[in-house]
Amino acid sequence: MALLETKNLGISFGGLRAVDDFNICVENEQLYGLIGPNGAGKTTVFNLLTGVYKPTRGSFFLDGVKLNGKTPSQINQAGIARTFQNIRLFKKLSVLDNVMAGFHNDMQYSLAAGILRLPSYYKQEKVYKEKAMELLKVFDLQNEAEYLAQNLPYGKQRKLEIARALATGPKLLLLDEPAAGMNPHETEELMKTIRFVRDTFHIAILLIEHDMNLVTGICEEVTVLNFGQELAKGKTDVVLNDPKVITAYLGE
Amino acid sequence: MKKAEQSKVMWNKYKPFIWAAAAVVIYIVIMLLDGFDMLSRHQKSLLIPILVNVILAVSLNLTTGFLGELTLGHAGFMSVGAYAGCLLSLSLDIPEPFRIIICLVFGGLVAAVFGLIIGVPVLRLKGDYLAIVTLAFGEIIRSVIVNLEFTGGAAGLKGIPRSTTFTIAFLCAAITIVVIRNLVYSRQGLAIRSIRDNRIAAESIGMPVSKYKVLAFVIAAFFAGVAGVLYGQNLGHLSPSDFDYNKSIEILVIVVLGGMGSLTGSVISAIVITVLPEVLRGADDYRMLLYAVVLIVMMILNASPKAQEMKANLAARFRRRKPDGVPGGKEE
Repeated sequence: MALLETKNLGISFGGLRAVDDFNICVENEQLYGLIGPNGAGKTTVFNLLTGVYKPTRGSFFLDGVKLNGKTPSQINQAGIARTFQNIRLFKKLSVLDNVMAGFHNDMQYSLAAGILRLPSYYKQEKVYKEKAMELLKVFDLQNEAEYLAQNLPYGKQRKLEIARALATGPKLLLLDEPAAGMNPHETEELMKTIRFVRDTFHIAILLIEHDMNLVTGICEEVTVLNFGQELAKGKTDVVLNDPKVITAYLGE
Repeated sequence: MKKAEQSKVMWNKYKPFIWAAAAVVIYIVIMLLDGFDMLSRHQKSLLIPILVNVILAVSLNLTTGFLGELTLGHAGFMSVGAYAGCLLSLSLDIPEPFRIIICLVFGGLVAAVFGLIIGVPVLRLKGDYLAIVTLAFGEIIRSVIVNLEFTGGAAGLKGIPRSTTFTIAFLCAAITIVVIRNLVYSRQGLAIRSIRDNRIAAESIGMPVSKYKVLAFVIAAFFAGVAGVLYGQNLGHLSPSDFDYNKSIEILVIVVLGGMGSLTGSVISAIVITVLPEVLRGADDYRMLLYAVVLIVMMILNASPKAQEMKANLAARFRRRKPDGVPGGKEE
């Protein structure tokens, strides 16, 4: 059984069918690309899969569990984490706190334990602070742990967002244009990190990307969206050479 | 770099003890001054109102500074707590420190229940809308109190036992500060601050946003209620007009002046704002004018980027003269 499965997923805004009949199958530990021209509905798909929008048609499953109609927070707890196209960090919190926030649901101590500073508070804060530092090390952010997130350079902000999403312990990670605004060197590094994340955390990654080097470099399969509809899907190199796809990107 | 880091770690480790020691010293000094009759009646009469405002400001800072929701109904919760606690004290006949403690807890709890009832529907609103609805809530509470029999109506509630002592008020203020500080720097508080910075991201990492919003709102209401009981049992009478929107605005002014999300700032600013009108008493007719001018100047000095730049420059110059080891100019 596939990890993520959608069945004819779709949403309309008024009369506009922003996404229609969207079917995708992402396997465990797969790197899957979602591409398409601007306005094709890629981010809308992410918003459907994370509960930001409620689908008006169809349904989607994670590990066979139906997740339609769940809130974003419930969907995250079920195992889908994401990053955002326009970075959404907790800007006024430290880099470390941003990751600690991701561990929020793993930490179990009660409100009273926090206020009265009971032993369980100190114990768990210590354990998860170490875990957070380990996670920051993966992204080479350990030296900036005490910085405010807003003071990080752009590329590191993107990495921090991935670290925060990973802290929630997902089975599936959705990355919305992770390489946006990065130079070729940074993109190269990001590709390594994404592969490393998949191999270390054993999770599937579904990513939206415009940078074709990144897509061909790491995605095993892709789906191409155009005007909210699936244009093509399959092995990356096959799909990218499909005349239909080339037309959608470059015109006749 | 290494040295600065070390001193920062040391500072963080001992900070709670330093604060606790400072609080004890302040308490002893005031008790000594009082014991040797070195405080005038007027000065003494200011002590409890200062502490009441400290509690109000610190608790409002939880919703406004840390949760980031602008609420203008804090005086409403204060009045609910004040009336609940003071009415109970009228019908409760037990020896003193116990009576006021029970009344404080009761007043706080009733205010918290109101916080829950109001918070659940109202916290769906954002920004300006929330501000207006909470403002309306405060005014509704006030008109309800005016029109009820058992609250004494517009004439107010009289003959309340005047059992708020400096010690009790001081303890309440200390507890408020410790509870809210510990809350803010716990897992739950991290969620509250995350929601302030980015609600959508907080949801995306699995935080139950509404739950935490209501939690912050209810805890703030609880302490506002406690402050109300202290206030009522200090004056000996309550009148609904004490809790109009001017009071809510005054608390908000204290919080904004002290800095959103700064507890030390709230405490200092509560003291300044309570004492300021009294200090200016000599200026007679110009009192309110001067008060306004001082407020504006302080706001500018505190908040304008230019003024902050000046402050930073001054601090840097100070540090250059004493090259290392001076942890001065600590910004909260």
